[in-house]
Amino acid sequence: MAHVSIRDVRKSFGSVSIIKGVDIDILDGEFVILVGPSGCGKSTLLRMIAGLEDITAGEIRIGSRIVNDVPPKDRDIAMVFQSYALYPHMTVAENMGFSLKLKGMPQVEQKKRVGDAAASLGLTPLLDRYPRQLSGGQRQRVAMGRAIVRDPQVFLFDEPLSNLDAKLRVAMRAEIKELHQRLKTTTIYVTHDQIEAMTMADKIVVMHDGTVEQIGAPLELYDRPANRFVAGFIGSPAMNFIEGCLEQDGLALPSGTVLPVEAQLPVARGSKLTCGIRPEHLQIAPPGTPGSIPATVAVVEPTGADTTLIVKAEGGHLTAVLRERSTLRPGEAVALKPAAHQAHLFDEQGGRIAAA
Amino acid sequence: MTDWLSPEEWTAVRLSLKVALVATSASLLPGIAMAYALERGRFWGRQALDVLVHLPLVLPPVVVGYALLLGFGRRGPMGSLLAEQFGVVLSFRWTGAALACAIMGFPLLVRAIRLSLETVDRKLEDAAGTLGAHPAWVFFVVTLPLILPGIIAGMVLSFAKAMGEFGATITFVSNIPGETQTIPSAIYTFTQVPGGEGGALRLAFVSVAISIAALWMSEWMARRVRRRFLA
Ligand SMILES: Nc1ncnc2c1ncn2[C@@H]1O[C@H](COP(=O)(O)OP(=O)(O)OP(=O)(O)O)[C@@H](O)[C@H]1O
Ligand SMILES: [Mg+2]
Repeated sequence: MAHVSIRDVRKSFGSVSIIKGVDIDILDGEFVILVGPSGCGKSTLLRMIAGLEDITAGEIRIGSRIVNDVPPKDRDIAMVFQSYALYPHMTVAENMGFSLKLKGMPQVEQKKRVGDAAASLGLTPLLDRYPRQLSGGQRQRVAMGRAIVRDPQVFLFDEPLSNLDAKLRVAMRAEIKELHQRLKTTTIYVTHDQIEAMTMADKIVVMHDGTVEQIGAPLELYDRPANRFVAGFIGSPAMNFIEGCLEQDGLALPSGTVLPVEAQLPVARGSKLTCGIRPEHLQIAPPGTPGSIPATVAVVEPTGADTTLIVKAEGGHLTAVLRERSTLRPGEAVALKPAAHQAHLFDEQGGRIAAA
Repeated sequence: MTDWLSPEEWTAVRLSLKVALVATSASLLPGIAMAYALERGRFWGRQALDVLVHLPLVLPPVVVGYALLLGFGRRGPMGSLLAEQFGVVLSFRWTGAALACAIMGFPLLVRAIRLSLETVDRKLEDAAGTLGAHPAWVFFVVTLPLILPGIIAGMVLSFAKAMGEFGATITFVSNIPGETQTIPSAIYTFTQVPGGEGGALRLAFVSVAISIAALWMSEWMARRVRRRFLA
């Protein structure tokens, strides 16, 4: 196990700058998730940690050692790839034992280690098969098994679940988390799926366009997003954003509604602000309720547990998630009342405005 | 059993097989190395090297033979060096025929290996690195098994090319019965003399049979490798 520290790391491919100065501290035994939209540089950063891409500038440490110039084989890591990267010409057992064979471990010991890992992943009956004879989920387990058997200082995962169907993904999510609780190996996990990030991580790093937008515990990011990007990225369905203007008695929205805000904001009256409201913080109210936003129902999506309501309001569509079942029909007039003190405010640059 | 071919014809067949086998096996390792360098290497002059390797594919074979004669002939710079330093003479010897065949078949060998190298998932090699494998080990344990079908295909192409090579061979080492007269040169000789049709036809049959056998064997080997190793 080891602490990993990333200091002002940069990466350019030719003249194109892909990673633009990233600082991340990953504690010993922590499960950290790098999340961000496609193309933001998550895989590139992970490959730099693995040693598969060189580092244009900055410093990466694993444990107390600067690894910038250490080849992958000496970094004491194990990586699980999205495509699993299993060896088609080796059986499951040979794949899993690959790193032990490299170490020159005695056959008996190899067999025992592979057998233990296989048992913990439910792979024992498959040890003699070739990867082509396995389902996607089984291959994914073998890839994890191969990494576990190496017993590395750090696990690196690059979107290991994105080739699985939705149900299996949820099951594997729990399994990986359990595995981490058992092994307590420092883990860096890349995904573009914010739900995966929210459910699995000790700490989430939100990346965007080669930079880190925010680092924090899942609920910290959810409750106090540092900027509009993080606010919109974390949470599903996504946060509603409404443009408004700060006036004497609150934030005036396009619908004419005035949303009460904290008195001590560090911005001048008359400033244009964006108000962010999570879907679960909008409640249905009778039309005309003071402080509510008038709207027309566009789509009703019952999921069983709750109901997602998409409405058309002045200034754009809004999404609300209702705990109760709804009898609303498309075209009906409703009013949505934001819950008190749950609005997030962002300035024109997208930065969070906090009460002074 | 052997009397349907004359002794001279048998000699040509044996010589052709010997030349083709030696040419193919001798170019195997350089072929793999060249394919790897051209596909993965990032060095100055890579493209020029690429062109040079492929040149025999597009040049008239006679030109290649003539270039060999200039370079490796008795008075050529390489030829005299080899003769003086190592006592190896290539011109007008079967070894020269093997060299000519190897050079003519080299681009085919390199191309086939390169194509299969191109399809190797680089993540498989990356994964080996992260699992603690030295790059050389990665090549032998991961890359090589994966490109084996390509290597087999390349060897068959190179062997077939060697069996059929005529222009470069006859220019470089001439057409000496028992020394440099391969099946194609023998067929050519038969067609030049009255009453040679029978010999030409028989050798043509032999050459078709060898080609079919080679193709069949490579198919069988490739299938076995694929079944053993790949999806
Ligand atoms: N070898 C390379 N040469 C040039 N550009 C590259 C190379 N590898 C990646 N890039 C570029 O770097 C950027 C980041 O790529 P990266 O694979 O890290 O994205 P990602 O965040 O992992 O995205 P995804 O979620 O789609 O996997 C992309 O714009 C990509 O085109
Ligand atoms: Mg990626």
